[in-house]
Amino acid sequence: MSDITKQSLSELVENIKSKKLSSSEVTKAFVERSEKSKELNAYITEDYANAFNKAKKFDEKPNLDLKLPGIPMAVKDLFCTKDLRTTAGSKILNNFVPTYESTVTQNIWNEGAILMGKLNCDEFAMGSSNETSFFGNVQNPIDKNLVPGGSSGGSSSAVAAQLTPITIGTDTGGSIRQPASFTGTVGLKPTYGSCSRYGIVAFASSLDQAGPMAQNVKDCALLQEVISTYDEKDSTSIDFKRNEHSKELTKDIKGKKIGIPKEYRVDGMPKEIEDLWKKGIEYAKDCGAEIIDISLPHTNYALPTYYIVAPAEASSNLARYDGVKYGFRAEGENLIDMYEKTRSEGFGTEVQRRIMIGTYVLSSGYYDAYYLKAQKVRKLIKNDFDDAYEKVDAILTPSTPSSAFKIGEKTNDPVSMYLNDIFTVPVNLAGLPGISIPAGHDAKGYPLGLQIIGKAFDEQNILNIAYAMEEKINFKNNITDWWIK
Amino acid sequence: MSIDLKTIKHISKLSRISVDEKKAEKLAGDLNSIFDFIEKLNELKTDNVEPLTSVAETTLKLRSDEVKSKNLRDQVIKNSPKENEDYFVVPKVIE
Repeated sequence: MSDITKQSLSELVENIKSKKLSSSEVTKAFVERSEKSKELNAYITEDYANAFNKAKKFDEKPNLDLKLPGIPMAVKDLFCTKDLRTTAGSKILNNFVPTYESTVTQNIWNEGAILMGKLNCDEFAMGSSNETSFFGNVQNPIDKNLVPGGSSGGSSSAVAAQLTPITIGTDTGGSIRQPASFTGTVGLKPTYGSCSRYGIVAFASSLDQAGPMAQNVKDCALLQEVISTYDEKDSTSIDFKRNEHSKELTKDIKGKKIGIPKEYRVDGMPKEIEDLWKKGIEYAKDCGAEIIDISLPHTNYALPTYYIVAPAEASSNLARYDGVKYGFRAEGENLIDMYEKTRSEGFGTEVQRRIMIGTYVLSSGYYDAYYLKAQKVRKLIKNDFDDAYEKVDAILTPSTPSSAFKIGEKTNDPVSMYLNDIFTVPVNLAGLPGISIPAGHDAKGYPLGLQIIGKAFDEQNILNIAYAMEEKINFKNNITDWWIK
Repeated sequence: MSIDLKTIKHISKLSRISVDEKKAEKLAGDLNSIFDFIEKLNELKTDNVEPLTSVAETTLKLRSDEVKSKNLRDQVIKNSPKENEDYFVVPKVIE
């Protein structure tokens, strides 16, 4: 069977279950394509030999009742994988080999999938372009000069370029949805507490969530159903009844009320984004949804709030990297000197910047003015959503304020980089699920995404809306394989 | 507001990240532009707002206090940059 890598996850699962394809054949196809695609720099660590062994073992005794039978998969290098190097895109974890497995990846392997390797990301997931990675920037398969978004940039690039049938990323302020939007792929950030954070390198613990990144909504639903489990190893994991997303998926969204928040019409938003949003509203109406204007009055305060809360939590989480217990160590004259040199040489510029912001806002004399203030505004932002959901079932917005930008274009201006996440950050602050689906192209032919935000634990509803709209949109990605010589 | 070099040096000490003069100047510039942007929050009156500490509206679950992982010493020490038998080794801290 030719063109294995062009098949969707659902097709591959079907073909393996009906024995038209073996796991070894599928793994070989994706590994070969990954090997030919080194120029994209999507991988940090490859694990192909082990993948072949596992595929062979699967084929010898295939369990076809599993949800991901013998499916090869590469994952973001923020998930700890037992006995395989996990770097979080940082020099400080360059030689770190976990002795345990993250719950989310364990769930995936339990359903029969096979690890192919670890995908590039911004250092400690801090970035919107994958340019802060110690392992170099990643190219967007849409165009070699474009960033793939971030922080899950290796993941978005690998799914769009079909180096892996599907993948997982993490999303603290938009790190799944923005790269999905930049590469014409689908990305879901689940409700906070839906997927366990155990074994994921921590960035901002009250915001971090793992989620699927896929070529289509159906594949996304299937992986979400696999990774979302209650886990007692994560104290913020929530024990609620989880849907069988792929089985319950329906295009019937007749009568669903979809809110359009006027505050998302931000100053300086390109007309293309405004037009895309209008088109999205028409698609939703075509699907039978009812459109309702709503207000989320504190939207403009979400980014400043995020840039207090996230760095504060990061500065605390990243205190563990001290050159003693694991990771990189720089030699020093005494213990303090060793700490300071280790952290100065081991962390990149953006990570140091955020640790410093976080340390400052938590420091004596400034805590109330910044951190407490931000927590209060966070409450107002969450209240906005609670009020809106009295009237609507979901909210439709653009995913990003622009299409993918050029490599190097925003690296010297942190604030302009942060503005990328203006539509995604409020969702993390309120702990809600959000999905980005590809919805059109700009004048340059670059993909643009729409975001559907749901009520807490209502992933099924936004997956259904995305599934219905996906059919109407009928998006086609323009990928020419330019990187394959 | 303005973050000066003295403040940067203070934060770098608290963060345990060494900075030289050049890096301190760059950081001061970056942090000032970021804090200008953050100052927007002062437009809002929040005196009577309860701070949000967790979006999950559930109380933490209790579990029985049992040891579930045992004999992890080798795993714990496995990734250390420098160790001696069962100990992490650091520069001398006692004179």
